[in-house]
Amino acid sequence: MANILVYALHYDGAINKNSLGAVSEGAKLAAELGGEAHALLLGEGVPQDLAASLGSYGAKKALVAEGPDGLAQPLVDAMAAAISGGDYKYALFGGGLLGFEIGAGLAARLGAGVAMEVTNVRAEGGELIAERPILGDSSISEIKYRSPVGIIIGRLNAFEAKESGDGPAVVEQLSYELSPQAQQSTILVRGEQRGADVDIEGADVLIAGGRGLGKPEGFKLAEDLAAAFGGNSAVAATRAVVDAGWYPYAAQIGQTGKTVAPKLYLAAGISGAIQHKVGMQSSENIVAINKDANAPIFEFSDLGIVGDLNKILPKLTEAVKAKKES
Amino acid sequence: MKICVLVKEVPDAAVEKKVDPSTGRMDRSGEKNLNPYDTHAIEAAMQIKEGGSVPVEEVVAVTMGPDSAVRALHKAVSLGADRSVHLSDPAVAGSDVAATGYALAKTLQRESPDLVLLGQQSDDGECYTIGAVVAEHLGMPSLTQVIKMDVEPSESHPPGGSGSLRCERQAEYGYDTVQIELPAVISVGDAINEPRYPSLKAIMGAKKKPLDTVTASDVGVDPAKVGGDNSGAQWVGAKPPPAKAAGEIIEDEDTGETVEKIIAWLDQRKLL
Ligand SMILES: Cc1cc2nc3c(=O)[nH]c(=O)nc-3n(C[C@H](O)[C@H](O)[C@H](O)COP(=O)(O)OP(=O)(O)OC[C@H]3O[C@@H](n4cnc5c(N)ncnc54)[C@H](O)[C@@H]3O)c2cc1C
Ligand SMILES: Nc1ncnc2c1ncn2[C@@H]1O[C@H](COP(=O)(O)O)[C@@H](O)[C@H]1O
Repeated sequence: MANILVYALHYDGAINKNSLGAVSEGAKLAAELGGEAHALLLGEGVPQDLAASLGSYGAKKALVAEGPDGLAQPLVDAMAAAISGGDYKYALFGGGLLGFEIGAGLAARLGAGVAMEVTNVRAEGGELIAERPILGDSSISEIKYRSPVGIIIGRLNAFEAKESGDGPAVVEQLSYELSPQAQQSTILVRGEQRGADVDIEGADVLIAGGRGLGKPEGFKLAEDLAAAFGGNSAVAATRAVVDAGWYPYAAQIGQTGKTVAPKLYLAAGISGAIQHKVGMQSSENIVAINKDANAPIFEFSDLGIVGDLNKILPKLTEAVKAKKES
Repeated sequence: MKICVLVKEVPDAAVEKKVDPSTGRMDRSGEKNLNPYDTHAIEAAMQIKEGGSVPVEEVVAVTMGPDSAVRALHKAVSLGADRSVHLSDPAVAGSDVAATGYALAKTLQRESPDLVLLGQQSDDGECYTIGAVVAEHLGMPSLTQVIKMDVEPSESHPPGGSGSLRCERQAEYGYDTVQIELPAVISVGDAINEPRYPSLKAIMGAKKKPLDTVTASDVGVDPAKVGGDNSGAQWVGAKPPPAKAAGEIIEDEDTGETVEKIIAWLDQRKLL
């Protein structure tokens, strides 16, 4: 038997969408290997029905561990305990930050091979092969595992959540011991929202701004353009400018922000890092303005403008307004 | 307190990065430089040292890599590190993330640091994970992507305790604040600080600072756990990414004209 253990991140009573995707993917792959997918949830008093609900995404069993929520190292302890007591050949993580930390820690604990940013997994000859884009997505490496357990960390949105039509998963309590290092971190605040609560997920037109806007006030250029489009348009941002406090966290697109797919996504002063790309690459039309002709964003935009946004945005705003009024 | 900073030599941003199609390893010819993300880790160490909330005896730059990697160490020293350690051994060549993290942890163990700092990612490997691997081998708490870090000398600790860190980072659901006891392993995000430029004097003096070159056996690395052939993740092939129609590119020369072209493009797609 070759079972797959899937980490299920949950917050505020809901399972993370990328974890649901990982459970679906794990169930599909396990079936091809002739095994089962089991999910593991950790937290303080994880509701039984939340754990059982993973059955409808294909998990046969849900292991529930009691422990401090929001930190990686307790999960390394719990997953290592599950793996030593079960028949697991792979551990699978959906895209996200904690999955990277847990997967890496688990690789070290088990002496296991690990591949991250995986966009596709296939079963071949009873084994899994992970596909991992490297060097700014210019090539895809194929990775197999020599170790008894292989660790696969998905890229954000790589695995799609699919309801399998199965009933609830069998819920089992997992006992494990917290390592000393896991006891040396305490989460004081979790999920703090910084800045205004804006809605970018429903917008048809998103004007996204990055560090190239130069200063917090630079966002005025993006806001003016969004206003010119009118209707269902909004302004979004990269992590670089959110971390810098230039724009609210709720407007952030990417790995630790929102995933969006508007009709039009227009990037101004954004380099196009992978962690940003994963949150917007499904947009219908991608336009980028960047003064650096080699910026990675031009690799995946439909229309690229090489130039200074300070010159282009004000004129574009006027032209959009004029067009709308005509 | 003693701080070790992990630094790596990577191909210069201007060099087109390629893999050798027969081994899957990176083609490492061409201009190289200190991984830009690591300059934030060095700066974070310097700010703790200069901040004065805890006495810092030493900042030590540590790398694993080929002979040329000493240049990354020189750069780290020119940015303020007091000395450096270079793990250089053909046995570790081709190690995957897990094996690299193990070998680095062994190298760090000899130094007994109170704090290990890393960059958020290497510009070539882009694994984001070495920190978590190193922490597990050292049995230390860890956090990645930290964008604010305050050292709190601990009153509750007896003399000899190194205190704790209060760290902030952005995770899946917003910003988290985490209290971490030292010794610890922290990967810093690039928003944590604005790295300084080295002075000419520091650049000139960098080669005079102590540099310790060690082999795998010097630091107790088990040769059966490192190197390409002993890595758990095995590269078995490569393929090109799915082809995507190249987008249209406009070089902005006359902005009026550029804007007209953008409007026409948008209009054609009924986006206005
Ligand atoms: C685990 C992890 C999670 C992450 N999560 C996210 C996430 O959720 N979302 C996210 O966005 N990022 C995320 N990141 C960060 C990401 O890697 C990049 O650092 C970030 O997206 C860069 O933001 P930026 O494009 O605004 O800045 P930069 O990369 O600095 O790019 C600025 C661009 O502006 C251009 N520019 C400058 N001036 C002008 C001008 N006058 N006119 C035109 N162009 C100009 C420059 O040429 C440059 O290309 C994450 C990283 C990690 C490691
Ligand atoms: N060979 C190495 N030697 C020293 N430090 C390294 C090495 N590889 C990675 N690192 C450190 O680990 C961080 C994250 O790298 P990575 O996990 O490869 O993205 C880098 O910013 C460095 O601080």
